[in-house]
Amino acid sequence: MPHDHHDHLSPSGHPYRADNDTALSYWQVMEIAVRELLIDKGVTTANDVAAQIDAMDTRSPANGAQVVARAWSDPDFHTALMADASAATRDMGFDIGPLKLIAVENTDTVHNMIVCTLCSCYPRNLLGLPPDWYKSRAYRSRTVREPRSVLAEFGVALPNDMTVSVHDSTADMRYIVIPKRPEGTENLTENELAALVTRDSMIGTGVARSPNAKQPLP
Amino acid sequence: MTARVCVKSLVPPGHVRTPTYLRGKVGTIERALGAFPNPEDLAYGQPASAKHLLRVRFRMVDIWGAAAENPDDTLDAEIYEHWLEPITQDTGDAP
Repeated sequence: MPHDHHDHLSPSGHPYRADNDTALSYWQVMEIAVRELLIDKGVTTANDVAAQIDAMDTRSPANGAQVVARAWSDPDFHTALMADASAATRDMGFDIGPLKLIAVENTDTVHNMIVCTLCSCYPRNLLGLPPDWYKSRAYRSRTVREPRSVLAEFGVALPNDMTVSVHDSTADMRYIVIPKRPEGTENLTENELAALVTRDSMIGTGVARSPNAKQPLP
Repeated sequence: MTARVCVKSLVPPGHVRTPTYLRGKVGTIERALGAFPNPEDLAYGQPASAKHLLRVRFRMVDIWGAAAENPDDTLDAEIYEHWLEPITQDTGDAP
């Protein structure tokens, strides 16, 4: 019976999520009160709030992948992106709001990796919401102390003569890694290149896919 | 020449955005980012003066000592000017 889950596991083997029947927290009450006041006073509308949530949910790593693919294909855009990543991505047509973005580029000698030790700063206005592990204490504390061990767990093994460059987003800037362009992609279109750019490759916990590699199983 | 700086070893109360693991550590200015309202005031709804924000690059060995995985790996962080003091004398341990 669907509601008789005495073992607290769903048929897929995951625990059922508890109903959120507890009282609202102080900050939840504050958020609802401020939102209702802003709507009552005509500053915003419930539709505007829902539209903003929808806009954030629509942002995805596919946006960043297009930026990376253009940087690989267009030398002028590459120069503009490295000089001012916010302006360059806006010029591509992305609505990134007040995001202040810095692009850091992987080379034959440097591998970049992004973390926010203090909280969960992430270029949400370009890439959407961060993965859950990005906000975990383990990722945040270990990445600044043992980045190579963390990278190895993500399947990225780097030789010791390469420099790992970790970027801790401690204040007002957000970061995107421009991964190295994979070998054998000289004749690919910008869209085909973008398909090789993974979310993790733009955080630095992965590398861009090789065009010859098998796609991961769904 | 790259400016060397030391992060002040302060332990003030309240909201600050200078990570504890970098306090007292020496690095070099990677780039200046411009001035931003001081988050230590913003956090409490106070009028916030503009403070210069700098990206400081540290060598891992200068943060973690012998525990660093690779001494020459680097870490960049954004630190506000009032948390930094310049190092004018060559301490002899520069790379």
